Amino acid sequence: MNGAALEVDGLKKHFPVGSRLAGGGQVVYAVDGVSFSIAPGEMLGLVGESGSGKSTVGNCILRLLEPTDGTIRLLGTDITHLSRRAMRPLRRELHMVFQDPYSSLNPRMTCGQIVGEPLRMHAIARGRELDDAVAELFDKVGLRAEIRFRYPHELSGGQRQRVGLARALSVEPSVLIADEPVSALDVSVQASILNLLRDLQAELGFSCLFITHDLGTVEYLCDRVAVMYLGKIVETARTEELFGDPQHPYTQALLSAAVVPDPEVQRKRRRIVLEGDIPSPMAPPSGCAFRTRCPLEHESAPRSHEEEPLLGDIGGGHLVACHLVGPGRAAPRLIDVPADVLEAREA
Amino acid sequence: MSAAPLLEVDDLSVRFDTDAGTVHAVDKMSFTLAEREVLGIVGESGCGKSVTAMSLLRLLPPTASISGRARFDGNDLLGASSRRLRRIRGNEIGFVFQEPMTSLNPVFTVGRQVEESLRTHRGLSRSAARKRAIELLDLVHIPAPERRVREYPHQLSGGMRQRVMIAMAVACEPKILIADEPTTALDVTIQAGILDLMRELRERLGTAIILITHNLGVVADIADRVVVMYAGRKAEEAPVRELFARPQHPYTIGLLGAIPLPGAASKQDRLREIPGRVPSLAELPNHCAFAPRCPRADELTRSEVPPLRSVGPEHLVACFHPGGEWTQ
Repeated sequence: MNGAALEVDGLKKHFPVGSRLAGGGQVVYAVDGVSFSIAPGEMLGLVGESGSGKSTVGNCILRLLEPTDGTIRLLGTDITHLSRRAMRPLRRELHMVFQDPYSSLNPRMTCGQIVGEPLRMHAIARGRELDDAVAELFDKVGLRAEIRFRYPHELSGGQRQRVGLARALSVEPSVLIADEPVSALDVSVQASILNLLRDLQAELGFSCLFITHDLGTVEYLCDRVAVMYLGKIVETARTEELFGDPQHPYTQALLSAAVVPDPEVQRKRRRIVLEGDIPSPMAPPSGCAFRTRCPLEHESAPRSHEEEPLLGDIGGGHLVACHLVGPGRAAPRLIDVPADVLEAREA
Repeated sequence: MSAAPLLEVDDLSVRFDTDAGTVHAVDKMSFTLAEREVLGIVGESGCGKSVTAMSLLRLLPPTASISGRARFDGNDLLGASSRRLRRIRGNEIGFVFQEPMTSLNPVFTVGRQVEESLRTHRGLSRSAARKRAIELLDLVHIPAPERRVREYPHQLSGGMRQRVMIAMAVACEPKILIADEPTTALDVTIQAGILDLMRELRERLGTAIILITHNLGVVADIADRVVVMYAGRKAEEAPVRELFARPQHPYTIGLLGAIPLPGAASKQDRLREIPGRVPSLAELPNHCAFAPRCPRADELTRSEVPPLRSVGPEHLVACFHPGGEWTQ
């Protein structure tokens, strides 16, 4: 895709573990061949369970981790192996918000200094101009101006996350990486941060990689969703399509397991309970990584044991990595499809 | 509910005396639990839901002062001797904690930890306890239980550890199982399995369950009745369908509107924001604790603590202005 804000191609991150002397030399395949791109102004949700490698993807893009293989392009520039110095001017285009608002703000700086730091570092503003810019940012994220002179420990979790967001957006980046930005917050506070993120995105038009385990949040916020399992993307589609017509058996299981806060709906839902646990990324299964837990394993075997399914387009940019799915060949339906989706399909 | 409830908690208050003053973690909570019932206690962090559960078995540090009554099986749990309490803990009331990673002892095998309560409370021999432990691991659907009993907690995944915790808690077939955020640390696909397991145990063993959670989805899934807590007090109580269909307390309504609904989120215009933050329990006001965040607050709300009033069958609300809308 030309003109993508962020393009990730064949990204791999392998961590060596164990002592080589002790006959170790094992490798954790945390991210194993992930490709996606984000268009300008698009929000892509990267969903997966713990250990799926979703945060590692974010950290590689931010160059907090050195990728093992693959390329990362930011606004057309290959940043995969840029030196720290060469990377510095580009950091203006790429910013992040972290999960834990307690450890991601410097406790020895006031909130105003924290938010103003990127502006100073990139020599965008200083002196009076800087003060004004910071005040404006505080207003934008809904914080009172006097909070500029407070220290992070004086703020609540939601306020700290707003400071983090103001810092990330201070230099008006093209791409924002948000790694579980609301999961450490209380439900009533989460809503205001999600609303704020949506408003700011509409206003400033940045692209966003939103990393989370929470499907409801993704559906609320994102234009497109990528589902990760054991270091690989198993399905990508536009949000309505992924939630309305999920194909990969893992995506179907994930959607069926999410609880809906409505007893009438929740108690009627068909639920797929996956057998076993996510396999160790040190020894992923041969062939299809999901086959050990797949409820359709009997249909895809023995091919799923030998051959790794590749992401293939089944139409309209809906990519699925499953042997049972192809163009014109939908996956067996494991969960109930909402009535309005069926109607739309028949019409 | 005509029969006497299994557990009857009345006017339970828990205070902690700290250097920074007295913290009122729980303020005059009352609730009941019937046999085979699943009671959900919902609230955000710091609302006192865990402290409520811990105080029932007196698992709190000595800085806590507890008052009120909790009648279980003809005894007042809060006034029971520690000898009596020891016979109840793990025997008649089982407890599942949130963190399966830290609440198992890392230096003992899983089997030994499951056997402990069987040997203590039931006086089973070593071999009989081992046999029962294997049955219990099988009951909670741990594959290859004969092998797993000999393994240590670090060899199990998070979901498996939580299953072990549940096996320990139900080992003596308790009348009540208290589960404090049993699925919070787990992935959704694992959570689904644990919820199914709790439902199954209720059916098979007839255990009543107190489920403490911040997740309204979990409550919608499994609870029969729900208590919503806010700042140490009960805000609302109702049968689960009634609560979700006709929430009356503005806090409950706010919480329900704040969650993106899977399957409907794209149709939601905007999530409801509850302004402000949860109050500090050290400065709990002697008026409605939700008033500073409430769109319905008025003079009355800011001057008195609202009493619980009935607004429907088994539906109680602590609000001066109950109603189905966010604003009045």
